[in-house]
Amino acid sequence: MACEQWRGDLDRYLDGELAAAETAALAAHLRTCTACAAEVLERVQLKRSIQMAGARYTASADLRNKITQSIAAKSKSGMARQWRLILVPALVLVIAAFFLIGYVGQQRAARQRIYGELADLHVSTLASSTPVDVVSSDRHTVKPWFQGRIPFTFNLPELAGSDFVLIGGRVAYLEQIPSAHLIYQIRKHYVSVFILPDRAPDIKDLPSGTADAHSFHMETWTQNGLRYFVIGDTGEGDLQKLSKLLRDAG
Amino acid sequence: MRVSEQRLTAASFEDLAVPLFDQLYNFAHWLTQDKSEAEDLVQETYAKALRGFSSFQPGTNFRAWMYRILRNSFLSSRTGLKTMVVLDEEGGDSLPTETVTPEVLFLEQANREMVQQALEELPVQFREILLLCEVEGMSYQEISETLAIPIGTVMSRLHRARQALRTALRAKIEGGRHGM
Repeated sequence: MACEQWRGDLDRYLDGELAAAETAALAAHLRTCTACAAEVLERVQLKRSIQMAGARYTASADLRNKITQSIAAKSKSGMARQWRLILVPALVLVIAAFFLIGYVGQQRAARQRIYGELADLHVSTLASSTPVDVVSSDRHTVKPWFQGRIPFTFNLPELAGSDFVLIGGRVAYLEQIPSAHLIYQIRKHYVSVFILPDRAPDIKDLPSGTADAHSFHMETWTQNGLRYFVIGDTGEGDLQKLSKLLRDAG
Repeated sequence: MRVSEQRLTAASFEDLAVPLFDQLYNFAHWLTQDKSEAEDLVQETYAKALRGFSSFQPGTNFRAWMYRILRNSFLSSRTGLKTMVVLDEEGGDSLPTETVTPEVLFLEQANREMVQQALEELPVQFREILLLCEVEGMSYQEISETLAIPIGTVMSRLHRARQALRTALRAKIEGGRHGM
């Protein structure tokens, strides 16, 4: 039967799944074949009855509310989670920044305190009627004087050929650490040099270099486990020269 | 309902999933044949879909994805395990095609309830594929995605489901006549 070849395609034809060319060919056949047209009609009716019969159940408003609410709640919590994704790192950053600022502030406060202490020692020593305990311009006199007075040793530079004059030395305490306090003179200015073991926590963390301490200039560095401070009211250039002499000697 | 490469958020889930609610419920009720089971199934489906939405691949069919979740949930339920029978997919095309049938007459007489009853009595695989095709208007491709079967199987199973329904309807009509 000529129609047999079409019958297998009828469902796909009605389901709209045939290619355009096949659809056109089948449609042409249906116009001329009543048997196939009747078959198509039956199938269309079956499809329609299933369609009508199938749309049968309606959900309760209660269930609909429950589900839409649960989705809305979830999308809110989803939003909350997204916010959390942004907020948590932001908060961490803020806290980190807070601690960093606190730490930096603390460092700065410690530095200022030590610089202030050095400036005070420098000023009060010069103001004293007996600024130094060992009065000598000879480093070979001054250095041995510290033996037994401080728990470390250091080298002092040869000043011949420079404008610096060694006035003398004394023992000072910086952060409860016994330190060698040397006083030099350059022209009319006095310069204090403090040498101490580099182990006090706040001192250890000080950066090397030039700083200003309460209107005084200051140079500081570490060398052979010793911390050097050079402080005075003379120009930075003089301080750097003295620092260089001390460094070269140390 | 292809979802393009948009950001998948709970908000877009809402936009996609809520419009499917009525259809999903109807389908669930047809599968379970029980109101409260259907309600549980729909709720389970939405909960699973919402949880798994991040794993939904944009660009694929969202409706098919939702129906697949519903169907898989149904299959793993107690009712689902009982109702699913193993179909012999191979025999599909060898079924004789009905050519001379009094179906026009039958279907004119067949009322909605009779079709519903016949659908209820069909094996669940036939019932679901008829619903997806006729009620949901899914393409073969969508049905294939929903049921996770090849398109060839979609066509043969659909064919057999229609045959089975016709046979059931015919039996009912004839039974009704004999009973009269």
